[in-house]
Amino acid sequence: MNSGIRFDGVSVAYGGTTVLDHLDLTVEPGEVMALLGPSGSGKTTALRAVAGFVRPASGRVFIGGQDVTALPPYKRGIGMVVQQYALFPHLRVDANVAFGLKAQKAPKAEIPARVAEALEMTGMAAYARRYPRELSGGQQQRVAIARALAIRPRVLLLDEPLSALDARLRSGMLAELARLHRELPDVSILYVTHDQVEALTLADRIAVMDKARLQDCGTPQDLYRRPRTEFTASFVGNANLLPVTVAADGVLFEGAELKVPAADATPGSTATLCVRPHLVGLGDGPNALRGRVTEVQWRGSTHRLYVEVGGHRVKADVRELRETPALGTEVTLHFAPQDAVLLGAGVADG
Amino acid sequence: MLVHSRTGRWTAWALFAVLFVPLFALPLLVIVAASFSTHWSGAFPSGPTTAHYTAAVRGESLQALTTSLVTAVTASLVALTVGTWAALASAAMGRRGRRILDALFMLPVAVPSVVVGLAVLVAFSQPPVLLNGTRWIVILAHTVLVTAFAHQSVSAAVRRLDPMYEQAAAGLGARPSYVLLRVRLPLLLPSLNAAAGLCFALSMGELSATMMLYPPDWLPLPVLIFTATDRGSLFTGSALAVILMAATLLALLAVSRIRTRASFR
Repeated sequence: MNSGIRFDGVSVAYGGTTVLDHLDLTVEPGEVMALLGPSGSGKTTALRAVAGFVRPASGRVFIGGQDVTALPPYKRGIGMVVQQYALFPHLRVDANVAFGLKAQKAPKAEIPARVAEALEMTGMAAYARRYPRELSGGQQQRVAIARALAIRPRVLLLDEPLSALDARLRSGMLAELARLHRELPDVSILYVTHDQVEALTLADRIAVMDKARLQDCGTPQDLYRRPRTEFTASFVGNANLLPVTVAADGVLFEGAELKVPAADATPGSTATLCVRPHLVGLGDGPNALRGRVTEVQWRGSTHRLYVEVGGHRVKADVRELRETPALGTEVTLHFAPQDAVLLGAGVADG
Repeated sequence: MLVHSRTGRWTAWALFAVLFVPLFALPLLVIVAASFSTHWSGAFPSGPTTAHYTAAVRGESLQALTTSLVTAVTASLVALTVGTWAALASAAMGRRGRRILDALFMLPVAVPSVVVGLAVLVAFSQPPVLLNGTRWIVILAHTVLVTAFAHQSVSAAVRRLDPMYEQAAAGLGARPSYVLLRVRLPLLLPSLNAAAGLCFALSMGELSATMMLYPPDWLPLPVLIFTATDRGSLFTGSALAVILMAATLLALLAVSRIRTRASFR
């Protein structure tokens, strides 16, 4: 099967506003690529460019090595699931799933078996004779996925497929999507979301988008542990970003010398230090930071502390405390040198 | 509910009754009463008789009723087809094209129907297209008049139609013609129904343009009612009016009974 997607310098503009700026990205055959970003970052536009609902101002889109930039949507061999499901309200579930097969003139004798197979795969076989309005949100989403899978697409485009569901259903559907992908290893999946948990859970690689541009791309572990930009660090995992000055043997932050791996940074230059809140500990240790507690939030298994260190707010997620520090008391935080990442020049306040 | 207090509610109902009964209900009731009368004495009609109805369901009157029905059905169907086509086309156009097309189709609403009648009469009284003196000129004028309404109500529905259905269908590999037949038209069906009812009712009651155009062998019911009352046969006219009213209402009721699955959304 010819799957895989390639964006080759794709730009999209609406009436003078550039909503997607020169995107270069390759989704390998069988890969799950998450497009992660806030609203207005251009991620949905990128997906719609693959589907054929927006025409790029420049650049080419390839599906399975074939240039589809000029093809209408119905000739692209895609399957698509959108946030609002878009099930046809006048058709029963089985007719919804059969829609694509009939539209593409699949052999009549094959259709019932393929509809049954798709409904079986998504666990909706028992609901074949229902109308969409008689189903819950989660069930409608399963039908929408079955409808997209029935046509055996080369690529599956998922546009915020879980954001209309409540939290519990969402984690269940995430597991289902992961299972479906194991059953269909050849299909490339482009998954648009603003939810980092969905992206981290499901994707083989994540493309982080902001302000119409691709900011970063890598495996979830890679982006989480070694973010390359401040945007990635704060959007994926909500990191502490501290403005520091590079010193000979580490960095200087508010007068304190911190030991961090800073291989190729020039001493004296400014940079941003990225530390994940859950890797910051309470108490003395290497790389100690002294500051005043400004807020304490209880989050069940953890406590989130906000500590002001020389005018900068540092977040620390620590295991649930027996005794929480009172507001205004002075505490010491620490983190291990290998848990910090030094990001390129530029100063930002965490 | 907007009005909460008990007295407020009673006042609202009373106001409604005072306005609605004399303005809307009473004149229609008087027509019904008159259609069963032989003469008018004082404030009330008298002498219940069904003679006007027996006369009204045969001969010239019956023919006028069928003429009206055939005209209304034909005009509505053509208007619905043309209006829907134009509504779909204008939705696919750019802003400018859409404005021009919508304005063109609104023209017959803005122009008084007498003027439309006269225009049709003048335009089709000479070869090459000589329709004057045939039934087709009446049907044509009705079609022109009601197409505006069909176009307007269908294009409102087309605008409300969520493009995600169309895109979902296209994403599943359906070509535009397939999407139109299997997705868009079925979803528009409730509005098409309503538009058909509106066109039918408007055509059934059309008088002013028809007066300018009707040939002797194609005389719709409103014209007959007008000529009857003009001659002074008020009671015969009333009976015909009740029949026109009943026929139109029955047809509208039948159209509204056509429930579509899309309307259950």
